[in-house]
Amino acid sequence: MSELTLRIANTSKSYAGPEGSTVEAVREVSLELAPGEFMALGGPSGCGKSSVLLIAGGLLRPDEGEVEILGNNLYQKNRAQRAAIRAKHLGFVFQQFHLVPYLGALDNVLAPSLAQPLPDATERAMELLEQFGLSDRRGHLPSALSVGEQQRVALARALLAKPKLLLADEPTGNLDPENAEGILDHLGAFAGEGGSVLMVTHDKRAAERATRSIRMEKGRIPITQS
Amino acid sequence: MNVGRLIILEIMHRKLGFALAVATVATSVAALVAVAALLGAHDLRTTQMLDEMNAETDRMEEDFTREMKAYEDGVRKTMKGLGFNVFIFPEGQELDEVYADGFASKTMPETYANTLAESKIVTVNHLLPSLTRKLKWPERERIVILIGIRGEVPIAHRDPKKPLIDPVQRGRVVLGHELHRSLGLQEGNSTTFMGREFTIEKCHSERGTKDDVTIWMHLEECQELLGEKGRINAIKALECNCASIDRLGEIRREIAAILPGTKVIETESKALARAEARNKAKKLSQTAIAAKKSETANLRADRERLRLEDGQKYTALLTVVILVSMIWIAFLAFSNSRDRQSEIGILRAMGISTGSILAALMGRAFLVGLAGTGLTLVLAVLPSGVLRESLHGFELQSLVGYVPIVLFSVPALSCAASWLPALQAANRDPATILRNE
Ligand SMILES: Nc1ncnc2c1ncn2[C@@H]1O[C@H](COP(=O)(O)OP(=O)(O)O)[C@@H](O)[C@H]1O
Ligand SMILES: [Mg+2]
Repeated sequence: MSELTLRIANTSKSYAGPEGSTVEAVREVSLELAPGEFMALGGPSGCGKSSVLLIAGGLLRPDEGEVEILGNNLYQKNRAQRAAIRAKHLGFVFQQFHLVPYLGALDNVLAPSLAQPLPDATERAMELLEQFGLSDRRGHLPSALSVGEQQRVALARALLAKPKLLLADEPTGNLDPENAEGILDHLGAFAGEGGSVLMVTHDKRAAERATRSIRMEKGRIPITQS
Repeated sequence: MNVGRLIILEIMHRKLGFALAVATVATSVAALVAVAALLGAHDLRTTQMLDEMNAETDRMEEDFTREMKAYEDGVRKTMKGLGFNVFIFPEGQELDEVYADGFASKTMPETYANTLAESKIVTVNHLLPSLTRKLKWPERERIVILIGIRGEVPIAHRDPKKPLIDPVQRGRVVLGHELHRSLGLQEGNSTTFMGREFTIEKCHSERGTKDDVTIWMHLEECQELLGEKGRINAIKALECNCASIDRLGEIRREIAAILPGTKVIETESKALARAEARNKAKKLSQTAIAAKKSETANLRADRERLRLEDGQKYTALLTVVILVSMIWIAFLAFSNSRDRQSEIGILRAMGISTGSILAALMGRAFLVGLAGTGLTLVLAVLPSGVLRESLHGFELQSLVGYVPIVLFSVPALSCAASWLPALQAANRDPATILRNE
């Protein structure tokens, strides 16, 4: 049996709500992601999807439960070790792209090499830009790129360090259908090559592109789905 | 990709924020340079002023020494030709009594004058014997000074000289001002003194000395009245002349050889007056030099006090400027890192350490300090020619020794001011930034 890329077990997360109340954003969520799996996590707004994604990415410590990335128990590690695991194995894509505004497309794609030395990073970055049809955009600042181009730069950046797991939060949320298709194609291709994708989306059409699709409701994943 | 490139690209992208921070630093450093220049100029001016004062004092002292020397040489030369007067008092006479009463209580034979006159004495020109007593004018119930005088005793080995004082004839008296005024006596009146009838020869006008209560008469008559026949208590020797500087010593030796035991004191001579004038001039010059020196000392103290006050004032001002600048730099750093929240969040998500992010933010702060300092230093060198005049010739370039410490400490201060905002930004929870709404 091949090793799981991601294992989330019984994680819960509450936030302090207004006037002393608590918001139970994630309730006893468990899910497993194997290599080559492309999972869509759907559900209405506010049901806790982004929280699950951040928990999976080692950016949000759950109140209860465990998270393993390739067998590494994330929240038993310290902050620097979690950062190293992210640098090595994870790629993030967000709805708002979060490109560094003063870096050109190529430099944005190269940003992960700040975290760790990546051999042949520049060649790899050029390849990715080529692959995403951005070769003639490599010097452009994000402000000079269309939203579709920006999201492709963000995806290329997430892929630079050859991660095992892509965490995408509404990656198509700001895109027109055509560009959204393109991004979903790339995510599918990544999974097709053995990568794992956890994509948060409330877009049914996007969810259909995944190999597995689960829905969250009020912080929970109904047992029947997992 | 490395942190340095990240810093440079960020600065080039957000030029305004960087320029604002640099301008802030440049202003602070300019204030620092200005204060250093003002204090430096002050010190330079102080040195100039003190140098001038000291030079003037030196000049005064030189002039004084030269003048004194010239004067003493002149005195030496003219001393010989300059007459001076001495009194010869009887042997055994206490001089303090003479100084207190104005005349000697002891007497000596009148023949002493003749002995002197007939000797080979060369230092003395005129000899005037006298007999002086303080007594009560019995007829008038007044205390008076009675002086018996006679004409000059001719000096044997020289041509007789013209007498210097008109001798009073027998049967006549000369009265001091206070006496004739208060007694209502006039020239030509006759009056009785110790039972003898005298005609008043002359009434002196006021002199303000004991001459005003003095009666002058012929020596012989005075001796008769006082029962001191042939006795005198002083010989006045006028216009004495000596070859040496130690003229009193010389004349004393000569007189002692002829009249052993007599006392000789100098009085009322022109040379004495000159010596006194010279001493006065010397004292005046010395006072002037001392005044100049104390003026210099006062100036130095004043300038030092001013320096201290200015220094304190400037330091206070500079402290405020630097503090305000640091607060402003901190605010700009805070605003910069707030603009970069999304960037910092995604870099953290990529696994970039807070240390690297801190390094990027602090590197920028360091460059702010460095650029601000550099800018001011470059600008400071340019107008120094123009400022030179108002800085009393003080050269800004002379502050060049402080450049390394400023180049080190200003960026350090910029980093210190940016430290808290940077630390806060680097440690902000990326989850809050990255969570989609
Ligand atoms: N930092 C926070 N503090 C308080 N409540 C939060 C915080 N983050 C998220 N929530 C709440 O938790 C719930 C789940 O949020 P989220 O995970 O973003 O849901 P989704 O991505 O499905 O829209 C929401 O009700 C949201 O308002
Ligand atoms: Mg969300």
